[in-house]
Amino acid sequence: MSDLRRPLAELVAEVHSGKLSATQLVTASLEAIKQHEDYHAVLEVSEAALARAKAVDAQIKAGKDVGRLAGIPFIAKDNFLTHQTHTTAASNMLKPFKAPYQATAIEKLEAEGAIMVAKANLDAFAHGSSTENSDFGPTKNPVDPTRVPGGSSGGSAAAVALGLACFATGTDTGSSIRLPASFCGVVGMMPSYGLISRYGVVAMGSSFDTIGAMTNHTADMSLLIDIMADKDPKDATTVERAKSYVDNLDSDLKGKKIGLVKEYLGEGTDPGVKQVILAAVDKMKQAGAEVIDVSLPSAVELALASYYILIPAEVSSNLARYDGIRYGYSTADAKTLADTYLRSRDEGFGAEAKRRILIGTYVLSSGYYDAYYKQAQKVRTLLIREFEAVFKDVDLLVGPNAPMPAFKLGERTQDPLQMYLADICTVAVNLVGSTAISVPAGETQGLPVGVQLIAPQRGERALLGAAKAVEALLGAAV
Amino acid sequence: MSKITPDEVRRIAALANIGLEEAEIERMAAELDKIVGFVEQLQDVDTSDVPPTDQVTGLVDVVRPDEVRSDYTRDELLANAPDQQDGFFKVKRVL
Repeated sequence: MSDLRRPLAELVAEVHSGKLSATQLVTASLEAIKQHEDYHAVLEVSEAALARAKAVDAQIKAGKDVGRLAGIPFIAKDNFLTHQTHTTAASNMLKPFKAPYQATAIEKLEAEGAIMVAKANLDAFAHGSSTENSDFGPTKNPVDPTRVPGGSSGGSAAAVALGLACFATGTDTGSSIRLPASFCGVVGMMPSYGLISRYGVVAMGSSFDTIGAMTNHTADMSLLIDIMADKDPKDATTVERAKSYVDNLDSDLKGKKIGLVKEYLGEGTDPGVKQVILAAVDKMKQAGAEVIDVSLPSAVELALASYYILIPAEVSSNLARYDGIRYGYSTADAKTLADTYLRSRDEGFGAEAKRRILIGTYVLSSGYYDAYYKQAQKVRTLLIREFEAVFKDVDLLVGPNAPMPAFKLGERTQDPLQMYLADICTVAVNLVGSTAISVPAGETQGLPVGVQLIAPQRGERALLGAAKAVEALLGAAV
Repeated sequence: MSKITPDEVRRIAALANIGLEEAEIERMAAELDKIVGFVEQLQDVDTSDVPPTDQVTGLVDVVRPDEVRSDYTRDELLANAPDQQDGFFKVKRVL
């Protein structure tokens, strides 16, 4: 199935020239999905995929330009609404739900000829760092099936690593693209908040949620960001984009100033992870980058504490819409309207969704709001100032995505706080609204480790250019 | 001292309209107490004169024309309803 891991530009060129057909690619993808069912990366296969592939092939035969992703099979994380197919967010609450409309990001991909072949597993409602919170069972890490793929976009990362499709969509609210990309050995990027429309994506933390992707190559990522980024009248938080995320990227590290975040390699860091990151940094220096140590004192524990107040608060508000009446799970044995709410929400939500709703309700409740919620919002401001100050001195930041490589299934499920701590190197980026990418950098004890590059808000062009350079240096391209 | 007691969980669960089972209340109290214990460290940060951040884009007053559209039929929008009657969402008695 190595075909599906080739660079998108090559595949698309061959589809346009007739050397490859969309039907061949989609068939290969569907076969790979079937062959790797044991990993549980995929929740549902799209019945419409083959018909769409045939339509694309017919258009090409008729001499039409089908687009920059002609015939490319992809997998959507199952929190993206996809027209008339199940969109469950891997939750029992949304198990019966069929989307009446489609996410803007999916519309953009399909408009360029891409074909959605399946929906990927995730932590239910994207709450988690391992996919073990999926109400339908965890995804297994492609490199070692006794380990987690990371989360919440674990199904997406595993699918790309396994070559089930050419790319997958993901969402990142605190770590959910970068952590699984790092754990599975693929490229994963979260653009700045607002660059890609959130319309049609199941809301988690509305002031944090970003839409991104997982790919095998940084050039693929450039293309996907270029296709998906746009102002959307249906998402009032979308921002102006750059003219291109593909053309004339600066991928020369010479003279670039890069800050190595010292707090991201603190005491608790796995020595193997540290070694991979420092080796990557050495190569960046050899390529002419000036790497200096920088300190972001609030970026680890305080950021995580702030995140785990603000996120549950936003989650509790977003999940208030699940009432057992308009859509989603509804209890069988309610006698009154109040019963419908109480029982449907108790039976339909998994343990982690309940924990977040309860914490969120607590920190927003009368008497606690100022001490928790408002204080966390103020710490968010302090963190933004810290990043702004550091970015006056450096072009980019570098560090790991997590202090450890992929951990064992079950290792952190008994203690929710231990699971939260897996996000310690990633949440700050979401709090400040900037952009970051994980690029495969090496391995420790046979497990992939990605290096995280962080750029200032809306610095996607600089980030993608640097990622391309790092990819070439580390020989990470398949 | 634990901040999140089983009684506190009952209070919050009622606010959030989740009818937790008794055994789950005990378990949640222990787990949530640990989480609140962790986030508690924010209390030590001096934030006097620091404004809160609600959003990171800096966008203000984003508007679009207020136009009536009919993208969906009633049937399409009711298709996911657990219970319906005569084109309406059906609910259990209120009292």
